[in-house]
Amino acid sequence: MTLGEDAGEGTLARVRSAIELLETGAPLGIVEVVAGFATVAVHYDPRLVTYRSFAAEVSSLLADAATAPTPKPRLIEIPVCYGDDLGPDLDVVAEHADLEPEEVIEIHCGRNYLVHMIGFAPGFPYLGGMSERIATPRRDSPRKTIPAGSVGIAGSQTGVYPIETPGGWQLIGRTPARLFRPDRDPPSLLRPGDLVKFVAIEAEEYEVRGKGES
Amino acid sequence: MDRLALRIANRLVGNDEDAAALETTLKGPKVEFETEALIAICGGDLSPKIADVSVPLWRALRVQAGTSLTFGTLRSGARAYLAVAGGIQVPPILGSRSTYLRARIGGHEGRALRAGDEVPIGAPGDVSRRIMGAVPDDTGPMSFALTSRRLRAEVTRSFYDRAVVRVIAGNESKLFDEAARAAFFESTFEISASSDRMGYRLGGRKIEADARGEMLSRPVVTGSIQVPGGGEPILLMADRQTTGGYPVIADVISADLHLVAQRKPGDKIRFEKVTIEDSQDALRDLGSRIEQLTQELDDDLD
Repeated sequence: MTLGEDAGEGTLARVRSAIELLETGAPLGIVEVVAGFATVAVHYDPRLVTYRSFAAEVSSLLADAATAPTPKPRLIEIPVCYGDDLGPDLDVVAEHADLEPEEVIEIHCGRNYLVHMIGFAPGFPYLGGMSERIATPRRDSPRKTIPAGSVGIAGSQTGVYPIETPGGWQLIGRTPARLFRPDRDPPSLLRPGDLVKFVAIEAEEYEVRGKGES
Repeated sequence: MDRLALRIANRLVGNDEDAAALETTLKGPKVEFETEALIAICGGDLSPKIADVSVPLWRALRVQAGTSLTFGTLRSGARAYLAVAGGIQVPPILGSRSTYLRARIGGHEGRALRAGDEVPIGAPGDVSRRIMGAVPDDTGPMSFALTSRRLRAEVTRSFYDRAVVRVIAGNESKLFDEAARAAFFESTFEISASSDRMGYRLGGRKIEADARGEMLSRPVVTGSIQVPGGGEPILLMADRQTTGGYPVIADVISADLHLVAQRKPGDKIRFEKVTIEDSQDALRDLGSRIEQLTQELDDDLD
């Protein structure tokens, strides 16, 4: 279901509200709810219920949706070493925006981002609020492998890869922070509704912090 | 990847359908059973053998302690499933015994098995013990004995003989114009070498999305066929991500995923469109057939 046209806070509130209603309402056959920026997928077991009747029940559950009360956001700092080998596409982003790489970094670090959803890979945060000034289209062909901790931009979105995976984002830097730890409960460092602040660090600090996190 | 083969292999040895089993792709290991076991191998034909004697697929067999199972030439399909009565008892992570290679978690130490690894098997349940009980203890000169618990060849063929994979329209199918959609359904794609459990890249005709606009990331499903800007479709499989930003032109129906799982790089694949209702009917039919088969097998036990 599409619950908005953009990645704004209003849309996020509707998405979180929908998740709450679906998880508590628990319509027959429901398996899992997965959230996108403005879209919510409801996975269900078609052996228990048909598409039509399940869709009808979901619609009626969400028909009187009121915004669920949202808990106070946490502010999480994410240290990032930008550019060079750790951010091979920083120049691509800079060129696309007609800016110097340093200006791209300043803009990227310049505001707090709202965690809209966790998806794509375990612990991967989708962050809202990035300046349009540094928005850059995804690569035409995804990279077959991207190192864990990579910080990237795709369109108007920015995010961090918590594990090594393929992906089409433009990579501008890397963080030593671990966003996914399966032994932790919950396993993801970030949660929808959190605020994230990127802090630029130098290569030496990246090495030191990286050892500390392992 | 091939849940159908996994479910049937488990049923053949008397396990719950979702007990953990071994998946082997393109080539197979040499496995030694340290204790007596009831096993079944289903899915692709990787020429399983015990002491140079071919072992049938889709059939439960009882093996003595100390028996080794080996695999040889890939004859059909792409991956085989070895189920053992009692199930593979690796510790569950986040509620599952599956291996998730990308995050290096689950299964056996979060990785593919290597020579020397030891894998624990659980104690066989009631149904498994009854199946084993129906076979004489003394297997004679052979270190294994076939049980009568099996799927007939025409039954397995009927599950796998569909040439064209059925799909429903993807959430972003309207972002593709008629020409692009026609191109997609007319094309015979080739599964490229850079394909894996996360997804298959489909080589051949490039498919163009109408709106080249960047999309907000949204949920995808196993079987979703995404089309990145470069035009080469990606068919998402078991280790897929939960969400994605490339437009999805179609989703393979659940009832046909096992067909995709048994294709390998170099194989061809084509798609045809069906309705959501068709796809649900197909899934229900598949489920009924498996239930019916299991019922017949269990009835034979009595």
